[in-house]
Amino acid sequence: MTTTVAAPTTGSAPLAEAKVRRSWTQHGLLFVAPFLLVYLAFLVWPTLLGLRMSLSSVNIAGSNDRLVGFANYAEAFGDPRMWRSLWNTVVFTALSTVPLVLLGLLFALLVHNLRFMQWLWRLSFFGPFLLPSAVVSILWLRMIYPPDFGLLNGTLGTDILWLGDPGLAMWSMVLTTVWWTVGFNFLLYLAALQSIPQHLYEAAAIDGASAWDKLRAITLPMLSRTTALIVILQLLASLKVFDQIYLMTGGGPEDATRPIIEYAYDMGFTSYRIGYASAVSYILFVLIVVVSLVQLRLFRKREEASS
Amino acid sequence: MTKRFSPSQLVLLVIAVILAAVWIAPIAWGLATSLKPEDETTVIPLQWFGSELTFDAYALVLGTGGIVKWAINSVVTAVIVTFLTVLFSAMAAYGFARTQFRGQRALLGLILAGIMVPPHVLIAPLFAQMVALGLVDTWWAIILPQVAAPLIVFILYKFFQDVPPELEQAAFVDGAGRWRVFFTIVLPLSRPVLAAVSIFTFITTWNNFLWPFLVSTDPNTMTLPVGLANVVQGTFGLRYAQIMASVMLAGLPLLVVFVLFQRQIIRGVAHTGLAGQ
Repeated sequence: MTTTVAAPTTGSAPLAEAKVRRSWTQHGLLFVAPFLLVYLAFLVWPTLLGLRMSLSSVNIAGSNDRLVGFANYAEAFGDPRMWRSLWNTVVFTALSTVPLVLLGLLFALLVHNLRFMQWLWRLSFFGPFLLPSAVVSILWLRMIYPPDFGLLNGTLGTDILWLGDPGLAMWSMVLTTVWWTVGFNFLLYLAALQSIPQHLYEAAAIDGASAWDKLRAITLPMLSRTTALIVILQLLASLKVFDQIYLMTGGGPEDATRPIIEYAYDMGFTSYRIGYASAVSYILFVLIVVVSLVQLRLFRKREEASS
Repeated sequence: MTKRFSPSQLVLLVIAVILAAVWIAPIAWGLATSLKPEDETTVIPLQWFGSELTFDAYALVLGTGGIVKWAINSVVTAVIVTFLTVLFSAMAAYGFARTQFRGQRALLGLILAGIMVPPHVLIAPLFAQMVALGLVDTWWAIILPQVAAPLIVFILYKFFQDVPPELEQAAFVDGAGRWRVFFTIVLPLSRPVLAAVSIFTFITTWNNFLWPFLVSTDPNTMTLPVGLANVVQGTFGLRYAQIMASVMLAGLPLLVVFVLFQRQIIRGVAHTGLAGQ
């Protein structure tokens, strides 16, 4: 917006000024109301309802709804399958975050420095992110991972049980997830790279800096803020893992890949214990809120430091 | 700046070609399989091309009808979610950025806190709510919870705060009301940011799995990902060409759209993704 219009409140008649001020403050709640209604009904209310459910013995039919205090939480903390699935989620998050951030950066640096066929590189690396999880899971389950005619073993000349070996299945989940979602981090890095002022590189070139020097002294420091953001977003996304694992291994073999959201789903929608499922969900909820609060703190500090 | 055919460009190009080939290979393999005769899909050693190129699998899959219905459900629900989310969020964001009313700060705080609530942990209470409202197996069950997206309000709120108010003030002096100003001046001016959040919302809704999966038991209301997941569980059995044809039909449209509108989509995803900065 480059158009400047003389501020109407200066020097205009008092009547006009009052009119402006009234228009200025009217109807506020009406603007907010539609979103607020949906938000209260389908986010705030379920959050409270879930808390209430987690303190009750309600089943999926809505019956047996008695308050049982913290019994569900006590049971969850003593439930080895809950711990196993929580551990699986944490392991998945740790294993997936590192390659997802590093490869995203690598692809972005590569594509940013290429002058040819930008659209092709972007399509190749970002394309998989646009596929629904069901498409990715079916593709890898049916055509990439099968030990006999799958693309991986067929190309590598191996006969690895990618999904059948309990020690390997989680790594396979990580591999598919990296292929599927690295494009998102790639795009964020690409956008950040494009916003680094060109004159920094020109000044460095005058000083005779090598490409490696420029990367270390300019590019990476300028990307530190983006990196912090990407790491946090990635942690939050990985903690919520469900789709691809549920669809490819169903949590197996031998519970080796079952994430905590799947355990909550199983408890609620297969064993019909909605109260217990809510308690399991809310344990993950607390973990996610803690990571989000760390994010808020981190970025508030940075904002204060930069201002 | 950079010389066009410098040796370093050539090295980068070679690396990029190899990596891109690796990254495309799974999709290409699925596509190749979908174009083979059914009895040649699982031969060992691998063959990228069958004895003939055939669209039989596509004809069979489209003929059985399910996938067309699911695609329609996906398009309709994603379009409605996107439209409602962007309209409601823009109105709310504008209300917070430009007007004053009682309890404004508290409400804004309540909405921003919601950014931390992952819908994944609310499946049990949300499902109970849908049962109570009698909405299971309807489009509305899929749509409504996805419209409650506080992140979009936050992004648009920050945007409206940075828009200089002079233009709107001038319109008020000319006698325009608050609503007319919003719909005829503010929204058209905000087209780029609205496009960005619309694209982001559409992609997330189009690809959403867990929630539509929970609330659709009737194949007639399933979205594309949910319908496909049912295919995995069973009906197509071991007919790999048909499975891959379904997968390609579900996955390729968005890739084609991406090639056509690359700039807008990249801006939409990057802008919304970086909103926390």
